[in-house]
Amino acid sequence: MALTNRLQRGAFGYFRAYTNPLNGLVADTSRAGSPCSIAVVGFALSCQAVAVERGWCSREEAARAVLTTLEFFWDSPQGGGANATGNKGFFYHFLDMKSGQRVWDCELSLIDTALLIAGVLSVGQYFVRERPVERRIRQLAESLYRRVDWVWAQNDSPTLSQGWHPDYGFLHYGWEGYDEALLIYLLGLGSPTSPLSPRSFTTWTLTYQWERLLGQDVLYSGPLFTHLFPQAWIDLREIRDAFMREKRSDYFRNTCRTVELQREYCERNPRGFLGYGRDIWGLSAGDGPTMRASGECPSDQRHFGYMARGAPFGPDDGTLCPWAMMVTLPFTPEAALSGTRALLAEYPQACLEDRFASGINPTVDPESGGWLSEGWYGLDQGLLVMSIENARTQLIWSLLRGSTHIRRGLIRAGFRGGWLS
Amino acid sequence: MKSHDLVIVGAGPAGLAAAELAARLGARVALIERDRLGGTSVNTGTVPSKALIRLGTLFAAMREASHLRHPDGDEPVANFQRVAARLRAIEHRVGSFHSAERLRRAGVEVHFGVARFVGERTLVAGSRRLNFRNALVTTGARATPPSIPGLVEGSYVTSDTLFSLEHLPRELAVIGGGALGCELAQAFRRLGSRVTIFQDEPRFLPGEERDAAQILAQSMARDGVTIRLNTSVVSARREPNAVVLETQNNQHNAEARADLVLVSVGRTPATQGLGLDAAGIRMDAAQGIVVDKFLRTTNPRVYAAGDVCLPYRYTHVAERTARMAVGNLLGEGARQSHTNLTIPWCTFCAPEIAHVGLQAWEARKKNIPIRTFTVMMQDIDRAIIDRQDVGFVKLHVAGGSDTILGATIVASRASEMINEVCVAMSTGIGLRALAKVIHIYPSQSDAIRIAALALDEPLAPA
Ligand SMILES: Cc1cc2nc3c(=O)[nH]c(=O)nc-3n(C[C@H](O)[C@H](O)[C@H](O)COP(=O)(O)OP(=O)(O)OC[C@H]3O[C@@H](n4cnc5c(N)ncnc54)[C@H](O)[C@@H]3O)c2cc1C
Repeated sequence: MALTNRLQRGAFGYFRAYTNPLNGLVADTSRAGSPCSIAVVGFALSCQAVAVERGWCSREEAARAVLTTLEFFWDSPQGGGANATGNKGFFYHFLDMKSGQRVWDCELSLIDTALLIAGVLSVGQYFVRERPVERRIRQLAESLYRRVDWVWAQNDSPTLSQGWHPDYGFLHYGWEGYDEALLIYLLGLGSPTSPLSPRSFTTWTLTYQWERLLGQDVLYSGPLFTHLFPQAWIDLREIRDAFMREKRSDYFRNTCRTVELQREYCERNPRGFLGYGRDIWGLSAGDGPTMRASGECPSDQRHFGYMARGAPFGPDDGTLCPWAMMVTLPFTPEAALSGTRALLAEYPQACLEDRFASGINPTVDPESGGWLSEGWYGLDQGLLVMSIENARTQLIWSLLRGSTHIRRGLIRAGFRGGWLS
Repeated sequence: MKSHDLVIVGAGPAGLAAAELAARLGARVALIERDRLGGTSVNTGTVPSKALIRLGTLFAAMREASHLRHPDGDEPVANFQRVAARLRAIEHRVGSFHSAERLRRAGVEVHFGVARFVGERTLVAGSRRLNFRNALVTTGARATPPSIPGLVEGSYVTSDTLFSLEHLPRELAVIGGGALGCELAQAFRRLGSRVTIFQDEPRFLPGEERDAAQILAQSMARDGVTIRLNTSVVSARREPNAVVLETQNNQHNAEARADLVLVSVGRTPATQGLGLDAAGIRMDAAQGIVVDKFLRTTNPRVYAAGDVCLPYRYTHVAERTARMAVGNLLGEGARQSHTNLTIPWCTFCAPEIAHVGLQAWEARKKNIPIRTFTVMMQDIDRAIIDRQDVGFVKLHVAGGSDTILGATIVASRASEMINEVCVAMSTGIGLRALAKVIHIYPSQSDAIRIAALALDEPLAPA
């Protein structure tokens, strides 16, 4: 308990340190010059509710911070223009921390908007008191959600595209196979203003692949975050869509099996990476080294930098996400805790100031304890705070279980049973 | 002039297989070829590309070995004149099985020249006029030229022209991440070129499954191929010693220089100048000659087979469908349909990616319940011993039974391994029976047996 407390608090500290209090924007990483990632803002919003419940800040303080954020997103310009923050209710992936304008010529991102909007809905569910600030939070949360034009993002096709760029239009590829897009679909299906059709969801799920892999029956998606992002907000225990009914499983259980798959893979450790084992695992999206390694056969080794890694199909370059074990706490508590303890004992440098680095690669630079990602990434910290909270009190899950939008989204996606009954 | 029982246009694998069979059946048969016997397969496609890939594999093995050797040597780089000579020799040797001489001895009349229909029952080839009772069109396909502004003839090659190259390109740019583009990009990289591959989709091999494409991308990266996914080449210009490609991905415009550009953006059925109208044969620009399930065109006396009319553009499909067409034309038994063939295929990268039957997503689309059993090559002893342990075997069986509906194999010899699955599928051997077959230890194909064993194994606790 002490450990989870400490790590949850440590993770929350990121938002204290890397938020612009004037507009609520949160830096993507702790590195100098990092822009804001709208996805991190989504996590940060939900973390405010956790902070109040944990007594890390007052309800008023949290409400004011949340309101600042929501007002910024509601008031900032939408459209295809150069200084817009978003378009059609979606937002650009990266924004300038001060001005809020789009940076890096980035795209209007569906998944990152979904992560933001999930956070927005969670604070709309949390701040329910009849005070002007909280009332305003609820109004804005509702308005931000209603403004998103999900149907537009289908670009006249049955399924969703990945995003849109003001100069090049829609990215011409969509989502293939099971992954974090589940969250976008559920939010889009629940919209009262521009709802995706149930058909769009089932069409996407046609690309799912269920298989027996290392002794598990799984709906495979390699990187852990793809399972965990939707379930940071939405409680998928016991409820099932048509696919999961057919397979007699559910997304929650599938996540548990994915953890087992990763543990099994890391124990078998086919590439012989240092550190890997039944108790040190965690392949997900994270920072990694970019240099070539020296080894038995140098041309046979490559490192990928920031990348979504997965097991057993890869990519795998020996980089693990040190936070990725702890965030499975709501799913596989024993694996999460024993793994995290083993990691902290072996590689304490991966968790300075009680806050996990994005990636560690013990195989690269082994004399100095392995390659370590510099600083911290906001997404990891948000996921840690929320996952630990869901494991303890189910706070975020229960907030969104109360959202009529989420309920409608799930039902229209064909989910039945459990808490939906 | 007496009419021929059968006139065949095009002497690729389809035309040759058809001619040999028709002659064997006692028909009076003529074969017309405008270029070299053997077609794309022997001269500019399957054979030279696989020979090149084999040489690439040799160089990769030399590199692997040089790291085990003491002291370290230089990076091996191919002498391309010798490579080219070896390709010619291999083409010649494979081609000689179907020389004009041998064909004539077998009873086939061979004519060289460009053939064209001038009526429903007449073809001309050069100055020769041939009347036929039946004809078979097997003119194949050609590389589709690019439609990229500035990328004009002479500033790029396609697979049709690539294999006459005499020098190893220093910087090769490959446009197109389908099977041929990936195979050639990797082979040239292994021979010593610096290679960049541009693919305007988020992954390679859009027809294969996500995990296979993912593994291929990693393997190409490991070989040192520079990978540009989601990237379109939007224009090109020539500079004194290079072609400069302007590329665009979602966020960035960039330029890439290359001394050779290989365009691999698809194949177009070779129907130009064939005079199909004169014979009442309908065609479709993308799919080629329109045929029914018995391979008959809209002219009831004319059939087609191979790349010119079918979506599966492979040598083995060309040969098989050509024989089928001859059987349907000349045979006395029931006509055969090409639509229920079990067709395997393979992309010959390292690792190879082979597939047969249903894909998982096809099964889901058609609402066919399936179960999938996967074994990773990294868990197979032979693969570990050979250090060729990247990939997997995935077997799909019909839900509630052990009938195999499809398989994808990604492994260093997937092209050989998939044949075992094809045998099982074609003869109705189920997964349970396959699991009981004793396989050699250690062998790559033991992975198939191990995947099959999982059918009746209890799940691991989770
Ligand atoms: C780079 C490359 C790699 C490949 N690798 C493989 C592989 O590994 N495995 C595989 O199975 N397949 C592979 N293929 C595909 C394979 O080569 C083709 O599917 C096969 O050659 C098709 O046979 P075909 O007889 O239908 O046509 P072709 O082989 O194209 O033969 C058609 C013939 O018709 C002749 N012709 C055309 N028009 C006329 C005319 N008007 N008059 C007279 N003659 C004419 C042409 O000159 C040619 O000789 C590859 C193709 C390429 C380009």
